[in-house]
Amino acid sequence: MKTKFLELKNVSKSFGKVNALERVNFYIKGEPEIVSLIGDNGAGKSTLIKIISGIHTLNYGEIYINSKKMKNWSVIKSRASGIETVYQDRALAFQQTIARNIFMGRELTGIFGFLKSKLQFAEADRLMRTIGFTSKAFASDSIVNKLSGGERQGVAIARALYFKANLMILDEPTTALSLTESEKVFDFIRHAKESGTSCIFITHNVYHAYSVSDRYVILDRGEIVMETDREHTTAEQLVKDMQKIAQSHDKVREGIKNGRS
Amino acid sequence: MHRNHVITSISIFIEKNRRALSALLVLSAMMIILMIASPQVFLNPLMYRSIFKTLPMFFILTSAMVFVIVSGELDLSFESVIGLAGWIFVLTLKSGLSPYLGVLFALIAGAFVGFINGVLVTRLGLSSFVSTIGMRFLIRGLIHIGTQGEGIQVTYLNGTPFYNTFLGSIWGFPVNMLWGLGFVVLSVLLFSYHRFGAQISCIGDNQESSREMGINVATIKTLAFVYMGIASAIVAVQFTLTNQTFYPGTGEGILLVVLAAVFIGGTPGWGGIGTIVGTAIGACIVKLIESGTVAMGVSYLFKQFFYGLIVILALIGHKLNEKRYRY
Repeated sequence: MKTKFLELKNVSKSFGKVNALERVNFYIKGEPEIVSLIGDNGAGKSTLIKIISGIHTLNYGEIYINSKKMKNWSVIKSRASGIETVYQDRALAFQQTIARNIFMGRELTGIFGFLKSKLQFAEADRLMRTIGFTSKAFASDSIVNKLSGGERQGVAIARALYFKANLMILDEPTTALSLTESEKVFDFIRHAKESGTSCIFITHNVYHAYSVSDRYVILDRGEIVMETDREHTTAEQLVKDMQKIAQSHDKVREGIKNGRS
Repeated sequence: MHRNHVITSISIFIEKNRRALSALLVLSAMMIILMIASPQVFLNPLMYRSIFKTLPMFFILTSAMVFVIVSGELDLSFESVIGLAGWIFVLTLKSGLSPYLGVLFALIAGAFVGFINGVLVTRLGLSSFVSTIGMRFLIRGLIHIGTQGEGIQVTYLNGTPFYNTFLGSIWGFPVNMLWGLGFVVLSVLLFSYHRFGAQISCIGDNQESSREMGINVATIKTLAFVYMGIASAIVAVQFTLTNQTFYPGTGEGILLVVLAAVFIGGTPGWGGIGTIVGTAIGACIVKLIESGTVAMGVSYLFKQFFYGLIVILALIGHKLNEKRYRY
């Protein structure tokens, strides 16, 4: 079996008195896979993601990339390992072209810093096709604000792919989107997996998660409470499991109300 | 088949250059109206000679201002930078040093003030609107203190090779205009064909995302201010040579006119998009109003009215042209 690309062992993170993550063991396989990170608000999904992308430092635990232990993990090291994060609404410059967005900060230049515009156009075109962007109305020099919500996510995903990201983290990419647009995003993600990029997909929507992922990791109050994959569960079963977890919260609350600790 | 291809190419061109073309439309309409209304003024080549004398300064200032505005900031200090650079230029001359050295020192002074403006905005997080106003008064104050309110003459430069480099003529065409057009061409190259312009646009459009993607926002924004400072210095030298004197108020009175030219030309105030060519056309429009009203003998009061009218009409026109997407 191929070595895992990413592994978090016994990772804990707290902010003051709040334990955001406790003894979390999380991994991404060596072969491209799509993993959904599911959980309620405050479960720790955001914190886990920020640790992987290097924004937060861990209080306890270890990070491994391709079985090699990483010291002083940071945003720069995370990027260098091929990990790219795509944030929901903040990712793109809406008045610029698709090509300019894809090459934001990583422009292809020739002598004296002059842009290789034709090359950028062609590369952007190739990338958009790689993720399955087939719209005939738009080309790489179309302005992003003319695209639909799902298509815009596509541009952000294509950007993450350009530098051959090994792992792409999408933070609630479909929350604000209609069903049709969400389907477009799932398609882009599937294509990304085919071209060799794994994806961590954070979502509240269990149906969305089920539809596109290979594995499901459920977080609750800083701990991984359940882990399963497509072969061993169904969407309905996942929903039931989520409800059970929510109910266990209520039970604890009831208990505290009745004087039990 | 062939005709379709031509029409598609033309419509793509119009789409991509919409703002500059709108400005061109306004300029053309204005010139036609003025030529019909007052042919003795507007068909007179002498008037254009006089416009060409000061138009280059507007070209230079407005082109540089586009970079600052597209990055999401404003520079309201440039009048005083013109004053400072001009003062340093004449001081160098008075010390008996070569006028070319004077130009160099003026450029350094302009670049330095630009650098300060950049640091105030990017490192100290001050609003550029407020901090550049502060610099405007600060620098002008320094000039007044330093000159004790007295001007300095530089008439002795007339006819020298140095003078001809900046204000001479080549086959009857004023060299001044070559400098102006050259600066516009340089600005177009930097804005549309260079990484600098691409990053300036991204910063003005979505600063957070630009930073996350690794663009050095502080450095690039500061460079835009430095470019504006250098532009101001070039104008200072031209202005001083043209008027053959430096006085403590050098540079004053063109702030709003430069900004008006930028907005008329189609660069919106919110950053992210802009057009150098459109701005140059805006400068022509503004200069036409200014020189035209004087040549027609129209009162100064009407001039202000026309500026305001054209600015508002131009903004409405650009707005109808393109809607900004709120997100």
